[in-house]
Amino acid sequence: MTDQTLSARPQLQDKERDGVIDWSSGPRRFVTLYLPLSIFVLVLLFPFYWMAITAIKPNGELLDYKNNNPFWVKSPTLENINKLLFETDYPQWLWTTMMVAAVATALSLFASVLAAYAIQRLKFKGSQYVGLAIYLAYLVPPSILFIPLATLIFQLGLFDSPLALILTYPTFLIPFCTWLLIGYFKSIPYELEECAMIDGATRLQTLRRITLPLAMPGLISAGIFAFTLSWNEFIYALAFIQSAEKKTVPVAVLTQLVEGDVYHWGSLMAGALLGSIPVAILYSFFVDYYVASLTGAVKE
Amino acid sequence: MAVAAVESRTVHSLQHSWLVRLFDYKPFLIFLCLLPAAGFLLVFLSYPLGLGIWLAFTDTRIGRVGQFIGLENFESLWYDRVFITSVWNTLLYTGVATIGKFALGLWLALLLNNHLPFKSLLRAIILIPWIVPTVLSAIAFWWIYDPQFSIISYVLVDVLGWRDSYIDFLGQPWPARFSLIAANIWRGIPFVAISLLAGLQTISPSLYEAAMLDGANAWQRFQHVTLPMLMPILAVVLTFSVLFTFTDFQLVYAITRGGPVNATHLMATLAFQRGIPGGQLGEGAAIAVAMIPFLVMATLFSYFGLARRKWQQGEDND
Repeated sequence: MTDQTLSARPQLQDKERDGVIDWSSGPRRFVTLYLPLSIFVLVLLFPFYWMAITAIKPNGELLDYKNNNPFWVKSPTLENINKLLFETDYPQWLWTTMMVAAVATALSLFASVLAAYAIQRLKFKGSQYVGLAIYLAYLVPPSILFIPLATLIFQLGLFDSPLALILTYPTFLIPFCTWLLIGYFKSIPYELEECAMIDGATRLQTLRRITLPLAMPGLISAGIFAFTLSWNEFIYALAFIQSAEKKTVPVAVLTQLVEGDVYHWGSLMAGALLGSIPVAILYSFFVDYYVASLTGAVKE
Repeated sequence: MAVAAVESRTVHSLQHSWLVRLFDYKPFLIFLCLLPAAGFLLVFLSYPLGLGIWLAFTDTRIGRVGQFIGLENFESLWYDRVFITSVWNTLLYTGVATIGKFALGLWLALLLNNHLPFKSLLRAIILIPWIVPTVLSAIAFWWIYDPQFSIISYVLVDVLGWRDSYIDFLGQPWPARFSLIAANIWRGIPFVAISLLAGLQTISPSLYEAAMLDGANAWQRFQHVTLPMLMPILAVVLTFSVLFTFTDFQLVYAITRGGPVNATHLMATLAFQRGIPGGQLGEGAAIAVAMIPFLVMATLFSYFGLARRKWQQGEDND
């Protein structure tokens, strides 16, 4: 009896040391963990592989599955990308998208920092209701706003101008950034600001010299996230911009590269790929900030 | 000379301190800080929201100011088969896609919560579908669903030999609907998985140890420890997911544009089609306004989810 309990104890400890959620090792772990995980990764990444491989396929291989293995490319070509860059307005679209995203992000960050500071630090009567209102503003989706916004944009004479996008994107960027920054400001000890104010700094000096430097990770998170959101925005850009040369990349790829019934899949895929690369590069540099802002926004 | 210098300095510092004091005066500072954000949101969010509700009760068209016509837009929509189909499509799309996203996303989160090599790299890779512009990945799906050159059909017919003919993914109503749902699930999994993973990581291992000592098996541990602890974050992620799936526009517009023959329209795409290219701003606004009751329900759900979290963690802790 004692022997049995003694031999049972180390076993339990072993299990504990492996981590409780750890399942048994060996083939079972392979089937329950690595196999489903690799299927997930494969399925999640396949469309991008398919996009990339289509973009560098010559037309002959693209439309002939009988003689070619569609998963591979025998004689890769840059023709599609070349055509995209030099025979369409693609560089112009990229430039417009980047400018609109950058300016809208800068505007939203400026407004959000001040708003978050007012709500979180200059506590006033009803500040939590202002916070709640901003949270609710985040829940208003662009798909119910674009029709009245289109009439507003028309009245303001901004139709078909990038300014229309720069002014409307903050409607979804400000709530998100403010919400995220409130959370960041909360994590900064108020004592630091009090010290600065005792030393004679004004509130705005305190914000600039103490709070903002400490909230830098939050600002970066909010900034790159806002940039990505503006880059990906579609419905406003589709509704408010008409001239081909002023369109943003997502809209232009869909509306300008599709001509009639003949789809040039090669250049369409090249367009989709090139439009994704800037965000992907930004993403690869700031992965942790993305994860932080994604989970931070949900947790708050 | 010295007196003048001192005087000018006091004058200067007096002016300066007047400004400084104004900027340190709390009500003024609060007003100033809230002004940019509130200005933007009032002009470009609250006002359009109200304007949209007003437009829904008028017969406004592009280039013509509308008259108030009461509920006429909604009455005509009630008998509009395309609109009714779009409502059912939206509900089906939201329901099935949400279940799919959460089932698969939770599974993926549980898988990622194990000790794995290259865990952060893996997490980074998994988020990619969510980072890339939806329309651009939708175009890739459009090509994957091509009737003649679909890679899925190729694998099923020519590699595996499970089917005789290529699937017409987007040409028939039901296959088209499920193709859209599949694309939406694909795009939604990363968001759900990474958010839930963050929730899973906050669960203390000692709870699992306690459950194991009490003899709970893996399923019981999941049911009685993981799920209840995950509930608060699950409620929030669920609300966001439902909200954004319900009002989705990009995927459907990019892949089918509501076709074949208006069979896959969601409310958002139908509102766009009637409102902007069709020019019937009033009718488009009415379709958009019809989404609001559903959104309010989703928001209330989120509110009660959060309230429940408060109840679990104690009143003071927010």
